[in-house]
Amino acid sequence: MIIGKIEDGIVLDHITAGRGMEIYRTLHLDELDCSVAMITNADSVKMGRKDIIKIGRVIDINLDVLGFIDPGITVNIIRGGKLYKRERLTLPKSLKGVLKCKNPRCITTVEPELVSEFRLSEVDSRTYRCIYCEALAQLP
Amino acid sequence: MKHCIDIKDFTVDEINELIATAEDIIENPVKYAHTCNGKKMATLFYEPSTRTRLSFEAAMYELGGVVLGFSEAASSSVSKGESVADTVRTVACYADIIVMRHPKEGAPLVASMKAGIPVINAGDGGHNHPTQTLTDLLTIKREKGGFSGLTIGICGDLKFGRTVHSLINAMSRYPDVSFVLISPEELCIPDYVKEETLIPKNIPFIETTSLDDAMPYLDILYMTRVQRERFFNEADYLRLKDTYILTPDKLKNAKPDLSIMHPLPRVNEISVAVDDDPRACYFRQVRYGKFIRMALILRLLEISV
Repeated sequence: MIIGKIEDGIVLDHITAGRGMEIYRTLHLDELDCSVAMITNADSVKMGRKDIIKIGRVIDINLDVLGFIDPGITVNIIRGGKLYKRERLTLPKSLKGVLKCKNPRCITTVEPELVSEFRLSEVDSRTYRCIYCEALAQLP
Repeated sequence: MKHCIDIKDFTVDEINELIATAEDIIENPVKYAHTCNGKKMATLFYEPSTRTRLSFEAAMYELGGVVLGFSEAASSSVSKGESVADTVRTVACYADIIVMRHPKEGAPLVASMKAGIPVINAGDGGHNHPTQTLTDLLTIKREKGGFSGLTIGICGDLKFGRTVHSLINAMSRYPDVSFVLISPEELCIPDYVKEETLIPKNIPFIETTSLDDAMPYLDILYMTRVQRERFFNEADYLRLKDTYILTPDKLKNAKPDLSIMHPLPRVNEISVAVDDDPRACYFRQVRYGKFIRMALILRLLEISV
């Protein structure tokens, strides 16, 4: 399988195998007008199998969201065909305005101007809770 | 600025200070009678709760302050669609402290972020009710003299009862406490309470369906109501509904110094025949609720006596 080299764009590498589509949807990559390549179950020395996403343009990516979904991802920014910058993710301490609280009893469900916020409550299990009602965060 | 949104907002030392103040108020009420002269408390009750509202109002009046507010959303601008943030910003122009009950979880937290004056959560849906927990703690202190070395039986609906989860969380911060969790299997304590509180702190606990078996070992029996609407199946409700009705007969094997508590209101889970037993302290618990709220108001208004 051959996928062309990127001149300017982003490569999301070391995605846990099977999580690629989740990231594709969460980052709304389907709405871009540039080429986007999704490689699933690629061989990886480090991980055994991994997913990779290549985006044919440099776009703003919410690294906190990416860190929340899969903190092992490497974000490679490519300019002029060369690696310009490499970002490693960490688990964000909080996620603001990204996820909606799914708890129907939460105040955020009736007051739309409130900015949603989830805080990391347990690092090992990567548990995030709504700051208002303490419900667990769920992916959109 | 300090608020009271969640019992976890307070350290053990802060809770002990509140309890000490409440006990001093009980012993010396005259000393506190005018401490809140000129202060106004707004009670914003978006859903009715006569018991809690009256307790707060009585607390403020006994401190010499005054009370304004509403007791249901229909009689406020909320019925016109005003947000919590706008309501509390407006109320903060008139009052020195806000007490809020709201059916939506997190509403008092929103209020505390916007009001610019102290906010007390008087219950937000099924989420938090910190002043009930403070009431429970003062009751235990008054009835048992302290918190350590107690075996606390909690009986009834342990799955949905917010007072239960909050009490376990608060009591688990004191040494040498153990729990007997008595409930039908359908209403047993949620796993997260065990996994996030009891197990990490190595707190001994037993889960059982039998109140009779547990009774002889208990220093405190905290009763809650088993509600029909919590059951998927009417037959299960009918089978279990009378299991946990506390009667004088069931107390035969209890310790002579047992303390029987209940957050109230009760329906039929404690027989009225138990009311005259000196071990029944649920009406004293109501009185303690007023005193701890007085202590809390003083603390949040930063008034020292």
